[in-house]
Amino acid sequence: MSSTLSENQGPETGTARVKRGMAEQLKGGVIMDVVTPEQAKIAEDAGAVAVMALERVPADIRKDGGVARMSDPDMIEGIIDAVSIPVMAKSRIGHFVEAQVLQSLGVDYIDESEVLTPADEVNHSDKWAFTTPFVCGATNLGEALRRIAEGAAMIRSKGEAGTGNVVEAVRHLRQIKNEIARLRGYDNHELYAAAKELRAPYELVKEVAELGKLPVVLFSAGGVATPADAALMRQLGAEGVFVGSGIFKSGDPAKRAAAIVKATTFYDDPKIIADASRNLGEAMVGINCDTLPEAERYANRGW
Amino acid sequence: MTAPVIGVLALQGDVREHLVALAAADAVARPVRRPEELAEVDGLVIPGGESTTISKLAVLFGLMEPLRARVRAGMPVYGTCAGMIMLADKILDPRSGQETVGGIDMIVRRNAFGRQNESFEAAVEVKGVSGEPVEGVFIRAPWVESVGASAEVLAEHGGHIVAVRQGNALATSFHPELTGDHRVHRLFTDMVRADRRGESL
Repeated sequence: MSSTLSENQGPETGTARVKRGMAEQLKGGVIMDVVTPEQAKIAEDAGAVAVMALERVPADIRKDGGVARMSDPDMIEGIIDAVSIPVMAKSRIGHFVEAQVLQSLGVDYIDESEVLTPADEVNHSDKWAFTTPFVCGATNLGEALRRIAEGAAMIRSKGEAGTGNVVEAVRHLRQIKNEIARLRGYDNHELYAAAKELRAPYELVKEVAELGKLPVVLFSAGGVATPADAALMRQLGAEGVFVGSGIFKSGDPAKRAAAIVKATTFYDDPKIIADASRNLGEAMVGINCDTLPEAERYANRGW
Repeated sequence: MTAPVIGVLALQGDVREHLVALAAADAVARPVRRPEELAEVDGLVIPGGESTTISKLAVLFGLMEPLRARVRAGMPVYGTCAGMIMLADKILDPRSGQETVGGIDMIVRRNAFGRQNESFEAAVEVKGVSGEPVEGVFIRAPWVESVGASAEVLAEHGGHIVAVRQGNALATSFHPELTGDHRVHRLFTDMVRADRRGESL
């Protein structure tokens, strides 16, 4: 077609804009943990924006104990083949070879996750070295910025995975939002000291102070079990939610999944949240986080 | 004349970036999630996101028919990525039950450029956008397999159609809202202004 100009100068993959931009497309949505292709289809049909492929949901990892690792490639590929929405998968913290494997399988996002047993107690993976973007958990602003400095293209507040208890998700998201709000009030002199306190690069601290938000998308994770939980996290400032055990550990996963999607979109409309909350069957049995021993708190993993 | 009011379909996706780009292009931008909100806008952007999710939510919350009615009636509409899929009369490989608004006589292929690892940036010349090429950000992007006689191809990349216009409907495979370059949003805002004046740009 002569009227159309075609430019082909150097398409570039794996840029920060392409990685962060991918997360922008997920905003307002729900990312669901799935362990089989069948569950992935249920999640997609319910309106999930992406699925997290893993071998056991966090509630089962908790129950079973032992070392939790990257999932079987066959299982991940089975899920990739089953759905057209993006597929994420988890690597252990600092286990960059698991991340290399996940990238070679063609997953759309890698979650360097505290839910799996950490492989390195000092270092996280160098996420700039990958074409596949990474999402990482954080309990506070400093942790979020350290992950972004390492190349994370998306952040999720950690919460406490596999508990069905939203209290830690609220704590971590509020912490991050509070620290961002505080930075907004700082002048240039104070930002240097703030960077030291946050143990994060000054440039990133300054950028957050100017933007009033993280330079990447911020989701919430770890303990969301009901439509109201999801809406709560949205009203507190999360741009979307991860739901792990909450869906497929409940009585009627398909219905609950669709209900959480609705409540995430209309997070500020109590009538719609009420309708979405009706007759969902049993929610997952929760764990009281106060009684959780320190060693069993996944949120403490990551440095 | 007052600034045109342009909505961004806010069921899911990169709504905020479109609101910012439209405001920069001198429109009054607001999110649209309900039929009554749709009734109040002069034009609409369907953002990037997951096309299956946006389609499902639009049906579920009674927006699909009002959207079709307004697009049929000539409301200016612009779709990026998932939004392009929503404006296609036909999807080559739809998920079961995936509906579109339609409005452009074209067939789109979802995720045609590949998965996230294949997502890329490239310069794209867009007809109607003067100056330097647009920075095209393609994220798990669709392309247009073919267009009907009434649709005009505005841009191609690597031999594939990535921007199309038919009357008051505009669609791009890529995401100008992620770049800070507001020329495509300006083109759309001008379309909305012309429509309000009762002329076609």
